[in-house]
Amino acid sequence: MIKYLIPLVLFLGLVIFLAIGLNRDPHEVPSPLINKPAPAFTLPQLKDPNKTFSAAEMRGKVWILNVWASWCVTCRDEHPLLLEYAKTNAVPIYGLNYKDQREDAIAWLGELGDPYVLSAADVDGRIAIDYGVYGAPETYLIDQSGTIRFKQIGPVTPDVWTNQILPLVQELNRQGNR
Amino acid sequence: MKQIVYAILVLLIVGHGVPGKDAGPVSGEDPAVEQRLANLSKELRCLVCQNETLADSQAGLAEDLRREIREQIKAGKSDKEIISFLTARYGQFILYRPQVTPTTYLLWFGPFIILIAGFFILFRYIRQRRDAIVAEPLTSEERRLAGELLSAKSGKEAL
Repeated sequence: MIKYLIPLVLFLGLVIFLAIGLNRDPHEVPSPLINKPAPAFTLPQLKDPNKTFSAAEMRGKVWILNVWASWCVTCRDEHPLLLEYAKTNAVPIYGLNYKDQREDAIAWLGELGDPYVLSAADVDGRIAIDYGVYGAPETYLIDQSGTIRFKQIGPVTPDVWTNQILPLVQELNRQGNR
Repeated sequence: MKQIVYAILVLLIVGHGVPGKDAGPVSGEDPAVEQRLANLSKELRCLVCQNETLADSQAGLAEDLRREIREQIKAGKSDKEIISFLTARYGQFILYRPQVTPTTYLLWFGPFIILIAGFFILFRYIRQRRDAIVAEPLTSEERRLAGELLSAKSGKEAL
């Protein structure tokens, strides 16, 4: 009797594997940078190119680096949420303006609002390569020691924000204040 | 006749598919560097259009990565160093041929394990069948009967 059940069990196993495999988004490539130091950079600020912004300045703070561009359609979808989250002051959000024209980027922020403390301009996308960016938007959560703790590929959704980013921010702040 | 020639010509052109702008050598670049870039980028996946190699892809990121690789080749980096530069940022996924590490053992050796398991099951099945067939030698009585029937058969062949 068991002998006849074996093919059925094997088949069900196959179905389970395929069901998991087919429901995964192949565009979500796990980043090897999680729990690794955030790559250092110093870039001109978008709104004031005479000033620079470097990741090292953020030592001792929990912060978010959001990769965006005015040409990125999904960024436009994500934008209202970022504005909303920036208002809560839960965690400072910095922008990495990815392969964009300065005028376009500034106009975009003027039109839609600016959730970022500031944006750094990565005009040729070199820093983005260091961060393993392969699309926009992407969002990194970086802790006090400059370690990447979380990466969101694609837009940040309310679910990701409330259930993943916020708890992690709170946890990191608790650890930092000890 | 003419139509057939035209048809063949059309087929030849269409058969080439859309060749796309080849991401090959850029004029004014060192051909040795370009050759290495071409060889390397054939092994690398474009992360934007995941079933395309970095050599074939026209995505903006692929262009940036080719530029990055070109610069590193010029800076005298070895292929190995460039590959580890990329995997440190994009993970093993960027490699079309993932490295043999504990996480990829199943990927590399899984098919062989299944093949060996298949052979094992096949051999066991064959042996079971061989054991299941019990030899039943004829008794002397049966042998005599068979002999009789055989010799009688020759007489009845006319039927």
